[in-house]
Amino acid sequence: MSAMTDILLSLLILTGALFTFVGSLGLARLRDFYTRLHGPTKATTLGVGCLLVASAVVFSLEGDGLSLHEILVTLFLFITAPVSAHLLARAALHLKVKSLAPAPERPASSPARD
Amino acid sequence: MRRLLPHPLLSLSLTVLWLLLVNSFSAGALVLGALLGWLIPFATSRFWPEAITVRQPGVLLRFLGVFAWDIVRGSFQVAWLILRGPARLQPAFVEVPLALKTDLGISLLANTISLTPGTVSAQLSADRQVLLVHTLNTDDPVALIIEIKQRYETPLRQIFEPENRS
Amino acid sequence: MLDTVIPIAYGLVTLAFLMSFWRLVRGPDAPDRILALDTLYVNTIAFLVLLGIHLGSALYFEAALLIAMMGFVGTVALCKYLLRGDLIE
Repeated sequence: MSAMTDILLSLLILTGALFTFVGSLGLARLRDFYTRLHGPTKATTLGVGCLLVASAVVFSLEGDGLSLHEILVTLFLFITAPVSAHLLARAALHLKVKSLAPAPERPASSPARD
Repeated sequence: MRRLLPHPLLSLSLTVLWLLLVNSFSAGALVLGALLGWLIPFATSRFWPEAITVRQPGVLLRFLGVFAWDIVRGSFQVAWLILRGPARLQPAFVEVPLALKTDLGISLLANTISLTPGTVSAQLSADRQVLLVHTLNTDDPVALIIEIKQRYETPLRQIFEPENRS
Repeated sequence: MLDTVIPIAYGLVTLAFLMSFWRLVRGPDAPDRILALDTLYVNTIAFLVLLGIHLGSALYFEAALLIAMMGFVGTVALCKYLLRGDLIE
């Protein structure tokens, strides 16, 4: 492994771990459910994305041939993260969870259909 | 052609997905993947009432570029806001009026909003006219609505709903 | 350089685990706990990928893929339960 790839990998792993950490920090630190929702859905998704890219590079260099199936998990996370976030937000609105921002007050905001 | 291969895009993505899953690009894997990509759309055809057609692939590519860049930008913004502390956040609910009409367009817009800077789509109104969006930090909700409509909704309409363009 | 970075990454992800777990215990509402569970799944994926890189084994990846899928299904089922009070309609 050359010095360049070593540095690149270290950077990717460090960025990934940092974003994972910050996402959970947001989950622990922010003050209402709706703001907490933002940490894990975005920061953590990118964090895991970085780690998976690092993993793809490692196994492509060490194993035989290109290793791309890490893309699969990244893709899956990027598709599912907004869906779970949306459902969680809807569940919270449905249960009238306490919000820092003034919650919308209108009958039309009842859920459409499923 | 339509009867033999009802969803070419779906078939193609299923084949690629299979190749990624087995993590090998041998001829055998390709044949099996292509077979699965051909069969699965038939088995699940009841979930796909109409084929997805992409008009203007150039706009799609540009949109994907904007989207990827916004995911990275959004993650850094959210990380910075979290590290700066909760005291200075100005969260808000904003209501985005929708010009998109189809299920596909609306769901893609909602997912795009959830993945990009500090916004999560929270609810679609019963008449499918308004999307409720929660934002982590904003001092100008109107500007945010205009940005969402210009940045994401307009290209999505050009790509998937060209006949409804106003 | 990789040898110094990986322990740091382990530490950061472990801290992430602890904070998500704190939110899971603390609540205060059901959606908070589901969100914490979802974050724990994602943290687990991160941890498994790190383990895979560190130990040079591709096996951990399969586990990460499974957790990603099961985690998503679990989150969706729990949210549906909160929205409807019923899982199968």
